[in-house]
Amino acid sequence: MSAVQASLRAASAWRWWEIALGIVAFASLFLAGNHALLLNEIAILALFAVSLDLILGFAGIVSLGHAAFFGFGAYVAALFAKHVMPDPLVGLVVAIATTAALGALSSVLVLRGSDLTRLMVTLGVAAVLYELANKLDWLTGGADGLQGVVMGPLLGKFEFDLYGRVAYSYSLIVLVIVMLIARRIVHSPFGYSLKALRDNRLRATSVGLSVNLRLAAVYTLAAAFAGCAGALMAQTSGFASLDGLDFHRSADVMLTVVIGGTGYLYGGIFGTIAFKVLHDVVSAWTPQYWTFWLGLFLVVLMLVGRDRLIRPWTWWKKK
Amino acid sequence: MLTLLFDGIAYGMLLFVLAVGLAVTMGLMNFINLAHGAFAMAGGYTTVLLMNKLGVPFLATLPLAFVFTAILGAALERTLYRPMYARPHLDQVLFSIGLVFMAVTGVDYVIGSQQQMISVPSWLQGRFDLAAVGIGKYRLFIIVICGLLTIALQMVLSRTRFGSRLRAAVDDPRVAQGLGINVNRVFLLTFAVGSGLAGLGGALGAEVLGLDPTFPLKFMVYFLIVVSVGGTTTITGPLLAALLLGIADVFGKYYAPKLGSFIVYTLMIVILTFRPQGLFGTRSTK
Repeated sequence: MSAVQASLRAASAWRWWEIALGIVAFASLFLAGNHALLLNEIAILALFAVSLDLILGFAGIVSLGHAAFFGFGAYVAALFAKHVMPDPLVGLVVAIATTAALGALSSVLVLRGSDLTRLMVTLGVAAVLYELANKLDWLTGGADGLQGVVMGPLLGKFEFDLYGRVAYSYSLIVLVIVMLIARRIVHSPFGYSLKALRDNRLRATSVGLSVNLRLAAVYTLAAAFAGCAGALMAQTSGFASLDGLDFHRSADVMLTVVIGGTGYLYGGIFGTIAFKVLHDVVSAWTPQYWTFWLGLFLVVLMLVGRDRLIRPWTWWKKK
Repeated sequence: MLTLLFDGIAYGMLLFVLAVGLAVTMGLMNFINLAHGAFAMAGGYTTVLLMNKLGVPFLATLPLAFVFTAILGAALERTLYRPMYARPHLDQVLFSIGLVFMAVTGVDYVIGSQQQMISVPSWLQGRFDLAAVGIGKYRLFIIVICGLLTIALQMVLSRTRFGSRLRAAVDDPRVAQGLGINVNRVFLLTFAVGSGLAGLGGALGAEVLGLDPTFPLKFMVYFLIVVSVGGTTTITGPLLAALLLGIADVFGKYYAPKLGSFIVYTLMIVILTFRPQGLFGTRSTK
């Protein structure tokens, strides 16, 4: 085995904390108690954040419109359950497939131009979907949201209960599956080629990588995962609303990923937990003005450098 | 029909004055500043508070709005913005979103979340007909002021020493620095003037666009559209983009109110797909 092979193997080996995280997640299924609904939301938002990390941290696409896929997946899942079939798993697959198709279509738009252009196009796609969902009120319920969605039992056996225990188990299992898939992809040659073109697109092209195809592929994949998160949200809450497509959702998820750290896959999960805790603490203290402190936190974090947040041992060193 | 066109032009001119500072600073330092609307809001609130609390006449508040916002912009540029120039775009986006959040809630806390009203002087109210085209006096006022500003800006950029320094710095900051141009100072001045113009635009637009604490979020997208569609290499690009946007928006809202901003966003996506560097950009920004 050559040195290169050995280093690649070492990078993809399971770490002790990954296994610990899995055990904690498994244990939380039984210890959730009254907090299952909150944990369910965290699991879903973590899945959403992981999907953004795939394009932001690994492919370097700055997107301000990732909520487009989240909201789209939510609407598809809710509409499918309402009009076609109430089975959650079939609905989840349908939602993932349609969102992936939307992602593939819109991936054409993010291939060209500068960061600013990409920012505007992603933002524009989310805004167009938002306007559509708002205006097509015969289909989506408009500003009132899509109501009257009744989900069937999971696997034909487990009814969604009021305390969210089934919902949490469902979301957590989907999250674990997606994490396993994402982990496999990130450590594959495809994953390494993404990092290469994130770091230097020109050099990646000269090595012979087809940059556009790879970007389109990862964008589609991230869209599918985001749609999966949206579908879970709609299925476990029995509701889909404009909120899923809103700008603040795109901004929040970006913030979440940045708090957790980009480019190592678990940032989305840690970031979501940190963001939720931050949100609960600050908004319990000042409910109306909590975004001020969020803004202040962001500004300070960016001024000192976001990499240092997840690396406490660098806090007291000079840059 | 022509009245609508007129309103669209007035709206577009207003958007241009609001966004031109953003275009220049973005072209100069390649800095994605989502907080530009916050400066416009600062100008708007300066005018509103001066008029309603201190009774300063409307026309006198306009220069004050400009000066106050310019000083605010210069202070923020010197302290907060400068360290961010060398950072990746992601950091800049999050940093400026953070500023927007702070501005929105800060104003909400200090002044309150209600819509602010201003009453323009009576000689600017009402409308008159010119060859069967209804012309709002205040809108005509906006067009005249913004038109004069545009001409003045163009003259400064093309005729003065500062303008040529600025253009050199936009073209290639490193070479400009090497030729002895103090790029930092050029940028400080440009940022201050750009913020001041945004403030003036906010003050002028308070009556037309409305003014409440969510102003920076509501119009952020519009400013960015102007800049990304117009390109950052000239100021005629953003001007035309702003006019196009203003006219499209007014017509869209009149003829297809159900679709709302849908038309504007779709138009932007289509334009940026075919011309990623903007309609009038000659090269992609670095």
